[in-house]
Amino acid sequence: MTAQEFKDILYNGVWKQNTGVVQLLGLCPILAVSSSVVNGVSLGLATTLVMTLSGAAIAPIRAYVPNEIRIPVFILIIAVLVTVVQYLMNAYMYGLYVVLGIFIPLIVTNCIVLARIEAFASKNPVGASALDGMAMGLGLTAVLAVLGGIREIIGHGTLLSGIDLALGDVAKHWVIHVIPDYHGFLLAILPPGAFIGLGLLIAGKNWLNLRKERKLKGAQAVATPIDGGCSPSLHQS
Amino acid sequence: MKRIAKSTLQTAINLVFFAVIGTAVLSATYYMTHATIVKSEEAEKLKLITQLVPNSLFDNAIMQDTLTLPPDALLGTDAPTTAYRARLQGEPSAVVFEAVAPDGYSGKIALILAVRANGELAGVRVVTHKETPGLGDYIELAKSPWIKGFDGKSDAAYGEADWHVKKDGGKFDYMAGATITPRAVVKAVHKALLYFDANRDKLFAPAVAAPKGDTP
Repeated sequence: MTAQEFKDILYNGVWKQNTGVVQLLGLCPILAVSSSVVNGVSLGLATTLVMTLSGAAIAPIRAYVPNEIRIPVFILIIAVLVTVVQYLMNAYMYGLYVVLGIFIPLIVTNCIVLARIEAFASKNPVGASALDGMAMGLGLTAVLAVLGGIREIIGHGTLLSGIDLALGDVAKHWVIHVIPDYHGFLLAILPPGAFIGLGLLIAGKNWLNLRKERKLKGAQAVATPIDGGCSPSLHQS
Repeated sequence: MKRIAKSTLQTAINLVFFAVIGTAVLSATYYMTHATIVKSEEAEKLKLITQLVPNSLFDNAIMQDTLTLPPDALLGTDAPTTAYRARLQGEPSAVVFEAVAPDGYSGKIALILAVRANGELAGVRVVTHKETPGLGDYIELAKSPWIKGFDGKSDAAYGEADWHVKKDGGKFDYMAGATITPRAVVKAVHKALLYFDANRDKLFAPAVAAPKGDTP
């Protein structure tokens, strides 16, 4: 893997093909667990771990899996890895495991994991596949962190609440009360808040892309939006 | 025909091979983490129990001194639950058991109660619920001290009429806009106390069949 390839994969995963705001795959966990930064980042990192491991596990065996049964085999491997992560979290991060609950086993059904395996790991060498899984996962984690932060501040007026569940009792005082004596804004915590927040993030990403494009083309304004969030051509599978 | 049969067999063997490897990895992880998982689950339970029954109230191994309660209408349970008995120098001091409020605003509310030997509530906590966030969730201690209003209450001291929210002529607080939730919790706690009164002797009976079976 050359340095340029390395950079490309990283850029693709974290920004250009961001799973959260460009590919829009795996919306269920994004919308459900992004009610706080800690929940969002925790599930994001768990997904990143699964994606990295599954990329690394599937790339070396891709030559031995017959085409007809590749989907069941891939799903089997992903499910095994997710269950391993679930056992480990249950054993060593019990508080967080209770909070994330059903969404950990649901990583298996997150289409982004299988999508990257199909689109990338089944065609590329081990290192690149693992890196792709990690970059995609980190892109998702970043979206979850920002969305969780927005919803937590607007909904509860705090940041990092529940961090002691992830890092133990030492972190209890890390909770930031951004707005003291805040009575909360229910909408941000409920599912509609997640949709509105994600919509704003997608709009923000598109705006940044447009602005960059405009700069490149100088005074010539760009008439057609590039890199539209829902454009089917961007879906990898 | 032969060729197809051969390739089908090969595919099947391939799939079985991956399934076996996957199962082996899972079993290994399970055996490696199982003990820790059980330990952290017990620790979490003990933390909840000692929140309700202070350490000064018992000196027995509360996690081992258990009793299985059959499903009961007064408890609102439809599966056997476990009661934990607290004893101080051999004398029963409190019992911790589960109850379910079936009629919350959005489904069941699972409660855990601690009742002292004299019938007074040592405390109540909500274990799981699906009430509206920000509206009905003040039954959680993390959100509001409302649930502490049960501390020290008993069926004997409070009459039948008092076991309602204030809106219904009882003695328990509620928050405007969310009465169904506290109504369900108050009703369930009262019924659980009636269960305690009716089954007091059974609840505190010495562990006949200890989990290890070392007492005759």
